[in-house]
Amino acid sequence: MLDDLYKEIILDHYKSPRNRGEAANHDIKARGLNPLCGDDIEITLTVEDGVIREARFDGHGCSISQASASMLTEELLGRSVDEAIGLADKVRGMMKGEIETDGEELGDIEALRGVQKFPVRIKCATLAWNALKLGIQEHLRGSEADLSRTDDGAAIFTDE
Amino acid sequence: MALADKTTPIPSRAPGSGLQPDFPILQRQVNDHPLVYLDNAASSQKPESVIDALDDYYRNHNANVHRGIHTLSQEATNLYEGARAKVARFIGAAHSHEIIWTRGTTESINLVAHSWGRKFLRPGDQILTTELEHHSNIVPWQLLAQATGAEFKYIPLQNDGDRLGPEDFERMITPRTRLIALTQMSNVVGTILPVKEIAEVGHRHGAVVLVDGAQSVPHMPVDVTDLGVDFMAFSAHKMLGPTGIGVLYGRTEILETMDPYQAGGDMISTVSMEKSTWNSLPYRFEAGTPHISGPIGLGAAVDYLSAVGMDAINQHEQKLTRYALEKLGHISGISLYGPEDPTTRGAVVAFNVGDVHPHDIGQVLDSYGVATRAGHHCAQPLMRVLGVGSTVRASFYLYNSEDDVDALVDAVTRAVSYFSS
Repeated sequence: MLDDLYKEIILDHYKSPRNRGEAANHDIKARGLNPLCGDDIEITLTVEDGVIREARFDGHGCSISQASASMLTEELLGRSVDEAIGLADKVRGMMKGEIETDGEELGDIEALRGVQKFPVRIKCATLAWNALKLGIQEHLRGSEADLSRTDDGAAIFTDE
Repeated sequence: MALADKTTPIPSRAPGSGLQPDFPILQRQVNDHPLVYLDNAASSQKPESVIDALDDYYRNHNANVHRGIHTLSQEATNLYEGARAKVARFIGAAHSHEIIWTRGTTESINLVAHSWGRKFLRPGDQILTTELEHHSNIVPWQLLAQATGAEFKYIPLQNDGDRLGPEDFERMITPRTRLIALTQMSNVVGTILPVKEIAEVGHRHGAVVLVDGAQSVPHMPVDVTDLGVDFMAFSAHKMLGPTGIGVLYGRTEILETMDPYQAGGDMISTVSMEKSTWNSLPYRFEAGTPHISGPIGLGAAVDYLSAVGMDAINQHEQKLTRYALEKLGHISGISLYGPEDPTTRGAVVAFNVGDVHPHDIGQVLDSYGVATRAGHHCAQPLMRVLGVGSTVRASFYLYNSEDDVDALVDAVTRAVSYFSS
């Protein structure tokens, strides 16, 4: 049962996170916080001509939220910011069981499908993707979205 | 007819695993393991006698209370008011009418904030609380302070929540302090506050003292008259009773000065087209048809607790806590929060292991049938003081045993090795 949630690839990303830290000269920075579990993730992206050249994450949280953020940074490289938003929607849809994929198209991220069986953990898996989407949208719009934030500016996500 | 005859007497028994057959849910398996229920600070399980009392009410006595002249209504009223008398005796209240039924601790506190606070607090008055509190003993006062212009202040914890004494209150109290709102037992670190001595300080300075008894009343002998507090709030579901029912104890002299909480039937004595006069205590604060089966279930819970004995329960839990602190303490990388001396704390053990997230630990524990809580436990200010975002929390009750602690320790050890690289 436990292995449905903590797939080997998830534990691998958790124990050996990829792209941890802050992207140099980043153009986009987004921080998402879930006060219910204390998960706190910051995504930074360096963008050239609309294409993501570097993606990093920082922060702390449970294995699911950390692994999900680590996978996100790998998956974004070379994608346009528009594609990144589309990907964020797709990943969230998959984790909530709303979108079918062929089991391979999302790469390592497919491993997060298992959270469907653990409804309270879906929000852990979606946190980085919610922060990503918000950060890109605010970047494109040039203004902050109207939602709950902490005093130091982190967007608060308590839901998937 | 003698309704009391229907209550099956509960044989007196020692706390521990010997009580587990009385609790149907403790017989079940969770994820192919026998359930080890260690989330009692969140909600307790129910003995057969409580489930039977609810069943019996609905099968045999169901009717509205305080109204009908028919037999069922009289029986329902007798059961309902009998429970009030039982609860009054259980916490040492001088009168049954000092027991007001609410939905739970949260509503009890909100009732005081509304009916006492909004009426009596003035700009510049002060509400004093501690950093140990549950959100339900914080947020109502924040709102009350905003509405009335009163100040809302926290007494800082000493030694990471180890203790807080009357001298700490003495230091912070001012002539404008109108209310001290404090927990008797922390729901996170288990710290027990010397409520009697603190109430004495409060009263000497003219403050009203409200105690959040959600964690203390289920686990230790509590006598509101001896403690000398003005209000005590607690919930039935944490003390073997049903959800949706709780208690506000209030001293008669204060309750009589307060305005109603909600308006409607049963809380008035006369209603004309223009105005109404309020009913006597406690009905002034109980508008509408109440949750009749709730107090009846709570009454059965109080009978069960009394048969085992609150002193015996308290001693049993201290023994379990001592055992748990010692066994958990051997796990490498563990941080245990709260007082080290089990006699100054309740049976609530919060911990973290290394940098493994509490939700991950909790998830693995669940896969072994061990139910705990992971998170901030509705006490974010305390979490900030402890310097953590969240913890795992194991909380014990009268039916838990050292075997349950062993199962916990075993599962935590497995969880840690699962996540360590």
